[in-house]
Amino acid sequence: MKIVVCIKQVPATTNVRIDPETNALIREGVESQVNPFDENAIEAALQIKDAAEEECQVIALSMGPPQAEDALRDAIAMGCDDAILLTDAAFRGADTLATSYTLAQAVRKIGDVDLIFCGKQAIDGDTAQVGPGVAEHLGLPQITFAIEINLDGKKVTARRMLEDSFEVLECRMPAVITVVKQINDPRRPKMRNVLKARKREITQWTAEDIEADPDRIGFTGSPTVVWRVFAPEGRTGGRTIEGEPEELVQALADEILEIRKGLSTA
Amino acid sequence: MDFEFNEDQQAVLDAVKEFCEEELKPKAEETDASGEFPWENLKQLAEMELFGIPVPEDYGGLGMDFLTWAAVGMEISQACTTTGAVFGAHMLAQYPIMLFGTDEQKEKYLTPLSTGEKIGAFGLTEPGAGSDAGNVRTAAVKQDGHYVLNGSKIFITNAGPAEIYVVIGNLQPDRGARGMTAFIFEKDYEGFSIGKNEKKMAFPSLPNRELIFQDAKVPEENLLAGEKRGFRVAMQTLDVGRIGMGIGAVGVAEAAFKHAVAYSKERVQFGQPISAFQAIQLKLADMATDIECARLLCLQAAWLKDAGKPFERQAAMAKLFASEVANRVTDQAVQTLGGYGYTKEFPVERLMREAKLFEIVEGTSEIQRLVIANHVLK
Repeated sequence: MKIVVCIKQVPATTNVRIDPETNALIREGVESQVNPFDENAIEAALQIKDAAEEECQVIALSMGPPQAEDALRDAIAMGCDDAILLTDAAFRGADTLATSYTLAQAVRKIGDVDLIFCGKQAIDGDTAQVGPGVAEHLGLPQITFAIEINLDGKKVTARRMLEDSFEVLECRMPAVITVVKQINDPRRPKMRNVLKARKREITQWTAEDIEADPDRIGFTGSPTVVWRVFAPEGRTGGRTIEGEPEELVQALADEILEIRKGLSTA
Repeated sequence: MDFEFNEDQQAVLDAVKEFCEEELKPKAEETDASGEFPWENLKQLAEMELFGIPVPEDYGGLGMDFLTWAAVGMEISQACTTTGAVFGAHMLAQYPIMLFGTDEQKEKYLTPLSTGEKIGAFGLTEPGAGSDAGNVRTAAVKQDGHYVLNGSKIFITNAGPAEIYVVIGNLQPDRGARGMTAFIFEKDYEGFSIGKNEKKMAFPSLPNRELIFQDAKVPEENLLAGEKRGFRVAMQTLDVGRIGMGIGAVGVAEAAFKHAVAYSKERVQFGQPISAFQAIQLKLADMATDIECARLLCLQAAWLKDAGKPFERQAAMAKLFASEVANRVTDQAVQTLGGYGYTKEFPVERLMREAKLFEIVEGTSEIQRLVIANHVLK
């Protein structure tokens, strides 16, 4: 059995700051990490490997700059058998369509893949489009937002966590599954794997290696154009109203009426 | 001279820091208040393979060094002082077996200690043998392929949860240190039992219990290092143990210091954060300097040990200095937080109580000074 887990290296903070001058993400001084949902995806794959009677190989796959190698080393430290980095100047500027195409090409090159796991979304872009995109490019069934997965021969059953309900879907393998964080607790790396990961050569593939169509990757292959990125204005201090309850009620009511007047004239 | 960790050491430390920050630290208050042995935390340390850092790979370890062990111990202690103390005391059982054990003993006892499958403890202290460590009275007699022990030990850290005990008895109690002999006990050996837990000033979740030997039988193959070599086993174990206590003390100091820094930036008096006042800045600067010195002394002692050089003097200095730093720093951290520091709303009062342990355990500050003086006057 062969499982590929698609992972992304993201800034190690949820408090991403944007430079108000350039509208670009401030990356200086921000460390990187494996996208947390992708850690759940790795864990899901490793649990299948742990339970498998037949041989099972788990391969971590990532597209990114050379330093994304660190994320792949973290994946090996967790217990993945192998890691492949898709890195090429031509991949730069990819939107979710181009990214999922690129990942799909790599999965094709790996060959004979039974399952592809992704986190439900990345915490930086938050699109949740790459996993489904990979499935579409490969023409495979997909089950997104999985909170529970069961394998039975070549059949996979997964419980999806939706906003107000669960949905149980079944499909044949190969398939693409994206997972939510409630599915498991990602394991802590064993120190032997941490040490092993540090010394491992990480396979690097370029656009040419995965026989990617140059028109479908990077900027060129990305129909999405980011028109503007901006940081919302910070809140200003507010105002404290003090007094006896009766006075406060009156003051608040006056405030609300004032705001309403403003809204109706606007 | 190189003060950098190498890449392997750094990789291990990075993983440990992340674990400490995300898992141990958020639960630290709960771990302390529960009064329960921190099994859950220890299970996680075992899963990460952190119990055998300096132990050879053949015996379940990582085959790394004591420097890495010390640096990891500081991180664990800083995040959760109780877990750090268990981690340090565990080494007191591992190290003598590592140093003096036969291959069979290592296979049978060092391996499960290094994988974290079993917890270890070291029993030297007795009601009449504290600073006077050569006065061990637990009598050992050889009898039909066994040694039979009678007597008791007190204050033994990890006793109870521990399954493997390195215990110092005495084949000639009237001859003091000369008859002292080390044995490896398993928890369920006949005649061996665990007595009452001490109620202490701090560390309620850390067991410090009696070991009771009533015609306790230990098979002769569990004799460690040979008859009458127990004093040497004890002294050499304590050398590493002192580094262990030093790193625990650094952890306590560092934790208190971080609370003090964070609080000083938030607490506003006279219209500005108190960190803007020199009175507070001077305190913080002294605390930071103290901690840095203590940390370096501990790491240096571990480094000397790894290099195969004498390290007894530096281990005593590290333990002495770090434990006194922990007391100074926690005291000043409470002072920085003022009235709030004295309440149980903030952890600094707990850390201040915990700090005192380190000036007493594993050789008091007075004993450390004597050890150092012996080296100075040699």
